Amino acid sequence: MAALFHRLVDRRGEPVPFTIDGEPASAQRGDLLITALLLQRTTLRRFEFGPAHRAGFCLMAACQDCWVLLADGRRVRACSTVVEPGMAVLVEGDGPG
Amino acid sequence: MRAAEALARAGLKPILFDEAERPGGQIYRQPPTAAGHTASTIYGFEARKAEAVHRVLHDCGDRVDYRPKTLVWNLFGRRLDLLTGDGHATQSFDRLILATGAMDRTLPFAGWTLPGVFTLGGAQIALKAQGVAIGRRVAFVGAGPLLPLVTHQYAKAGVEVVAALDATPFSAKVAQVRGLLAAPSTFAKGLWYTARNRVRGVGIRNGVRALRVEGGERVEALVWRDASGTEHRVECDAVGASFGLRAEAQLADLAGCRFAFAAELRQWMPERTPEGRSSIPEVYLAGDGARIGGADVAELQGARTALALLEDLGRGVDRGAVARLDRALARQARFRHALDAAYPFPRHLVDAIGDAEIVCRCEGITAGTLRQAARDREAGEVNRAKALTRVGMGRCQGRVCGEAAAELVAQASGRELERVGRLRGQPPVKPIPIVVAAQ
Repeated sequence: MAALFHRLVDRRGEPVPFTIDGEPASAQRGDLLITALLLQRTTLRRFEFGPAHRAGFCLMAACQDCWVLLADGRRVRACSTVVEPGMAVLVEGDGPG
Repeated sequence: MRAAEALARAGLKPILFDEAERPGGQIYRQPPTAAGHTASTIYGFEARKAEAVHRVLHDCGDRVDYRPKTLVWNLFGRRLDLLTGDGHATQSFDRLILATGAMDRTLPFAGWTLPGVFTLGGAQIALKAQGVAIGRRVAFVGAGPLLPLVTHQYAKAGVEVVAALDATPFSAKVAQVRGLLAAPSTFAKGLWYTARNRVRGVGIRNGVRALRVEGGERVEALVWRDASGTEHRVECDAVGASFGLRAEAQLADLAGCRFAFAAELRQWMPERTPEGRSSIPEVYLAGDGARIGGADVAELQGARTALALLEDLGRGVDRGAVARLDRALARQARFRHALDAAYPFPRHLVDAIGDAEIVCRCEGITAGTLRQAARDREAGEVNRAKALTRVGMGRCQGRVCGEAAAELVAQASGRELERVGRLRGQPPVKPIPIVVAAQ
């Protein structure tokens, strides 16, 4: 899948393994979840009220556009949550209703 | 932080609740601690100021009780409701200084909900706090000094900036040069960014009219109309667009602070004396969270507000320091007045919002629905419009849609913007897990 973000500074941080809809992915230690996701895809979640996707907007925990669902049932705001090893993000798995 | 520092120096031990993990707010936002020391922070001219601000709390040591990652989600009387890592907590207070900052002022335009559209502030945060760019070919749209700054920062970082569009006229800036010279170093910085941008071939286009983002699943192009009406199309994979800033005043609202309408800004903000007092005796306001003034003003106001608080507690304060701060703030106010006039709110972009455009991002409500409610259902006041259409009921509680919604309601109902009012605040000011609310 195409990506939105791209790295300008490679921190060469410790790799952080996580999953997206069950598929393995990797981020760097210090990546926010929004960064970890948008470095390898163009969407964070399905929009609840129509056939669209969202990918965040303000990056400062104000617009509330970047909430993502984790497999353990937690919802987290991707722009204010640091990615952790083993995080299991559900994007297409978060259907409406 | 400057307020906490001043209070600590006077022998008080203030508690500083910070929603973020590290100090610095958004202007001096730091990468996460986990990013380590190799993370690059791109501040340009402001590096020294940023470092100084970041060091304030460190230098205060245990004279300031710093509580990071703590969301204040409600304020009732003299009690705060908090969400911390350990769950719910409360905190009572005798005096409260709110320094809650700002977010981008957003307006809907065709395609603005596509993946790849971010605010200008968001584009800058991606760079500052994560060392990433929002795209490889980026277009920026703005109506404030953030536009030349972010354009410069991205271009300097080697990103291809395909367009930098200012929705306000060039003539407005020329007309304000004298006032802008009240803060000569800031003015010089602005000129520097403009010159560097031009040298790099990313000259800012002024007086931009309608814009629309094209794309299927994500941003693919930006179409815009210049001041003479000619349409342009530029291929891009990300857009950073926002139009000035707006105060995050939700807690001031819950505190019962009186708000006033600033006609020249077309915004509501909590009333604040130059010393930082609100209409509520125990509550003080400092920084962009009361009225947009920028980073330097926020530091000055933080210190000045703390001195007002100390005076109100019956403590002596250094009158020399008060006079210096007041003089610096007066100078900044002259500059700010000119800057606001140099970048007037782009009302023509409100006119350009088509009925099919989404106004409320959270709930997916269109401008047409809102206009119809204002016209046909006598919803000429913004809270009534919210009740009828759901605009403002979503997770952002009107942060993103509120100002555009008021403008649309004003237009459709034929009323003055001030009469349309502002969205009533309610707790929680941000989403919290329901289990916390029940505690």
